[in-house]
Amino acid sequence: MLSTLRCIVMRDLTLAMRHRSDVLTTVFFFIIVVSLFPLGVGPDAALLKEMAAGVVWVAALLASMLSLTRLFADDYNDGTLEQLMLVPQPLSLIVLGKVLAHWIISGLPLVLMSPLLGLQFGLEGDELIMLMVTLLIGTPVLSLLGAIGAALTLGLRGGGVLVSLLVLPLYIPVLIFGAGAVTASAAGMGADGHLSLMGAILLLALVLAPWASAAALRISVE
Amino acid sequence: MDKALLEIKELECVRGDKQLFSALSFSLEAGSLLHVHGPNGSGKTTLLRAIAGLVLPENGEICWNGESTEQQQDDFNRELLYLGHHYGLKFELTGYENLKVFANLSGSDISEQEVEAALTRFGLAHCVELSVKVLSQGQKRRVALARLLLQRAKLWILDEPFVALDTAAVALLLGVIKGHVAAGGMVILTTHQEVAMDAGQLQHLYLGETEPR
Repeated sequence: MLSTLRCIVMRDLTLAMRHRSDVLTTVFFFIIVVSLFPLGVGPDAALLKEMAAGVVWVAALLASMLSLTRLFADDYNDGTLEQLMLVPQPLSLIVLGKVLAHWIISGLPLVLMSPLLGLQFGLEGDELIMLMVTLLIGTPVLSLLGAIGAALTLGLRGGGVLVSLLVLPLYIPVLIFGAGAVTASAAGMGADGHLSLMGAILLLALVLAPWASAAALRISVE
Repeated sequence: MDKALLEIKELECVRGDKQLFSALSFSLEAGSLLHVHGPNGSGKTTLLRAIAGLVLPENGEICWNGESTEQQQDDFNRELLYLGHHYGLKFELTGYENLKVFANLSGSDISEQEVEAALTRFGLAHCVELSVKVLSQGQKRRVALARLLLQRAKLWILDEPFVALDTAAVALLLGVIKGHVAAGGMVILTTHQEVAMDAGQLQHLYLGETEPR
């Protein structure tokens, strides 16, 4: 089972390394969107600090959205997806491998960039760490839930817009608790509750999303 | 083995509003080759995809060794190799990497030498390290077909396998198919090309309005 997972992840990472521009667009999109806010709002330190978590989180949602349509579409177009469906392995496991690779390519860089971007908003020490931790727990959820939307809209015209409409509402709980945790810790309150809830969402998504995406893929490929 | 391995029972497939075929029944034993005939749009590809499990039939059942393929998807997939219109190859990967992924996923542990031998047999010895996107159409098809030599599947479903191949490759593929059938495998294929097929027990299936000649 692990070898299947590793095989899929390595395959998708190799493909991503040969298409480096795709990876970089996501990261630069994230950086630019977050950087636009201080420019637009003006140099009001208190205001910037207050909205920091929300801005970074919304930007992360949009950035992960950006690469979502290609999660299955490339494999669908060249016929490798149907071949992957015919290997003697559970399709949900293959989906999980693809989601994991998607997170490493488009989620993990956001987590690593976030402290730097947080500095622009005047976040300090603990708040920066909290921002990073929430993104670390939250971005895998974005990839997992996004996979369901990507699978459902596979092969549809204008799938890109449709996938945003389908998936963005599902992201709301992660957004609330993710941004909430940073705000709470900045205000000196504990963020344990927020983090536990995010962890619970992650576990739930980890169990249900690959299975739901696999079911959706079977319908879409037909 | 005298028992039919693959049985199609009362199969009906619908594409959009159009009924492609209904009440289609046949069985295929080890060591036989089924050639599916029919004009464009008569449902050949759909039939092949339905057997592979990629299309859900409207009615009917597909049984492998007496049990419905839906009940034993993983076991059936282990015995199955489906090559469709798409090459099923990642163009950014080399032929070797492409073949390795599928060999790993189908659970057969194959060595580098075996992959190279398969590619060499299909005349791609010098292309092992090239990414698939720089290969010609026929060479891409050959890479896809090299999977036939690497995976120990019993049932081969080949949708138009001769497209884009030159005469030497057609002869080679025919040889591979005959070898597989002679070794007790089964092959289901469609083709519009005139190729001399006389392997094992040759069966014909006519879809659509074509009259058996």
